[in-house]
Amino acid sequence: MMSAFEIARPEIFLLIAACVVLLLDLFVGKNARVVTYLATQASLLTTALLIYSSSFNQEMKVVGLDRMYVLDELAGFLKISIVGFAMLSFIYARKYLRDQNLWRGEFFVLGMTSVLGMLIMSSGYNLLVLYLGLEVLSLSMYALVALHRDNGKAIEAAMKYFILGAVGSGMLLYGMSLLYGISGGLGVDHLSTFFNAQPANDVKVLFALTFIVAGLAFKLGAVPFHMWLPDVYQGAPTAVTLFLGSAPKVAAFALVMRILAEGLGSVEESWSQMLMVLGLLSIIVGNLFAVAQHNMKRMLAYSTISHMGFIIMGVITSSHIGYSAAMFYVVTYALMSAAAFALLILLSRTGYEAETLDDLKGLNERSPWLAFLVMLMMLSMMGFPLTVGFYSKLAVIQAVVGKELVWPAVIMVVMSVVGAFYYLRVLKLMYFEKPADNTTIDVGIDFYGVLSVNSLLLLGLGVFPGGLMALCSAVLSASQL
Amino acid sequence: MIPLSHTLIVAAILFSISLAGMFLNRKNVLILLMCIELMLLSVNLNFIAFSHYLNDLGGQLFVFFILTVAAAEAAIGLAILVTMFRNRRTINVQNLDSLKG
Repeated sequence: MMSAFEIARPEIFLLIAACVVLLLDLFVGKNARVVTYLATQASLLTTALLIYSSSFNQEMKVVGLDRMYVLDELAGFLKISIVGFAMLSFIYARKYLRDQNLWRGEFFVLGMTSVLGMLIMSSGYNLLVLYLGLEVLSLSMYALVALHRDNGKAIEAAMKYFILGAVGSGMLLYGMSLLYGISGGLGVDHLSTFFNAQPANDVKVLFALTFIVAGLAFKLGAVPFHMWLPDVYQGAPTAVTLFLGSAPKVAAFALVMRILAEGLGSVEESWSQMLMVLGLLSIIVGNLFAVAQHNMKRMLAYSTISHMGFIIMGVITSSHIGYSAAMFYVVTYALMSAAAFALLILLSRTGYEAETLDDLKGLNERSPWLAFLVMLMMLSMMGFPLTVGFYSKLAVIQAVVGKELVWPAVIMVVMSVVGAFYYLRVLKLMYFEKPADNTTIDVGIDFYGVLSVNSLLLLGLGVFPGGLMALCSAVLSASQL
Repeated sequence: MIPLSHTLIVAAILFSISLAGMFLNRKNVLILLMCIELMLLSVNLNFIAFSHYLNDLGGQLFVFFILTVAAAEAAIGLAILVTMFRNRRTINVQNLDSLKG
């Protein structure tokens, strides 16, 4: 028998660890800040072990804390990947923060609190808890984007992120209040039993769902609610962009799964239509706008928008295959995006931020191995066979076709071809142009090693995708999705 | 006794005013922060009305949390606003245009 709070043990541990690291940071000097870094990584690792030990040894889902919190394999898997991506981002961030004079304890503490928010988002079983998790994540993120407080662009990005993020939360909340009024309760299980007995396409429900879908789309960065994403990606310090582009995407997926798939799964036809339009628009707009970008961070932001479109298309099928495909996609996408931003960190140095495509010119002459790794990342984002990006796109398109949505599948394929243009342009710059600057790339062996493993994983998972796919599928069927 | 629909209409009007204010405002960032507060308050009104109508305390509980989150959000928003003013000596919305493409 578990005690009441045992269900949230990893989160409670992480909260305490964040407070300890915050205090610890006060006592270590600027030269010993590596202690803060190591303490953060150690606490995240412990959190991951706690999640692993509590989530995977029971048969089915455990609901506790007044039916507000759930522990199932879906939450366990998503939480472990969230913590893993956070640790990966911190490893990459270390070099950047040192070089750009941002080597401060706040980054790690805010990073840990945002991880806490993400964990709560994946485990919340009540609209209130889900909302609070989302806000813990967002509030930490606003502050992280504004970390470089003397940089006008970073502050502008933080302001835009703050305002549009708050509008997104407001929309989601308004939708939640209407759902509460319609169903008379806030629990996800309450919603699902209530809407099971309810006829679909009721006007009240549609009205509430419009706001819920718009709020979620804001958080995912789906068109037409994507305005903040390119600006924030470009303005934020690259280390923060890296963090923002990996783990929170998994958390946003968790939120979508909890609210739409688990809570409102029975009125699926009402929301899947709306979401499909947003998903297709994201794929089209993201790929078309990315072509015109010269700034690499901005290009990756538009490519994020198109990848989010693919994840949405997996979710709208509201079938087991679609959900597993979307989950596979979001996890592998976070891996790709972490690698791509790590490359920008690698090319930056003290007083210089690599962010335009020109910085990649002639990379092959400067470092052939690095150019090979970048080739893997770009081919994977593009969806080239034998890389993981191909398999994840294929799985989503298969699920969409399985739902007899043929014309959306055609749009997805055509837009992937358009996307190939800007990914291949990066390869052309690397291999066929003269380098613009010839400074040697020197980074620690740990950074290089992790980046190599990260990029080679994109190839490895592409050749053997079966294991991860089977895991995604098993985890979802354990939660009856 | 005020019927539920009246409260809901007021809340919906407040919500629309806040959204409209957000998109029509071309001058001051502070007004955007006010609009955000108004948006959260209109949601609160909705929750309280439903809570009273359904005889369920969950909605009123939610309101307390929203109020707390709104306070934290305002603190962070104003902090960003202060750093922005220090950097640019202006809080005009039109000057937020250095990031584009």
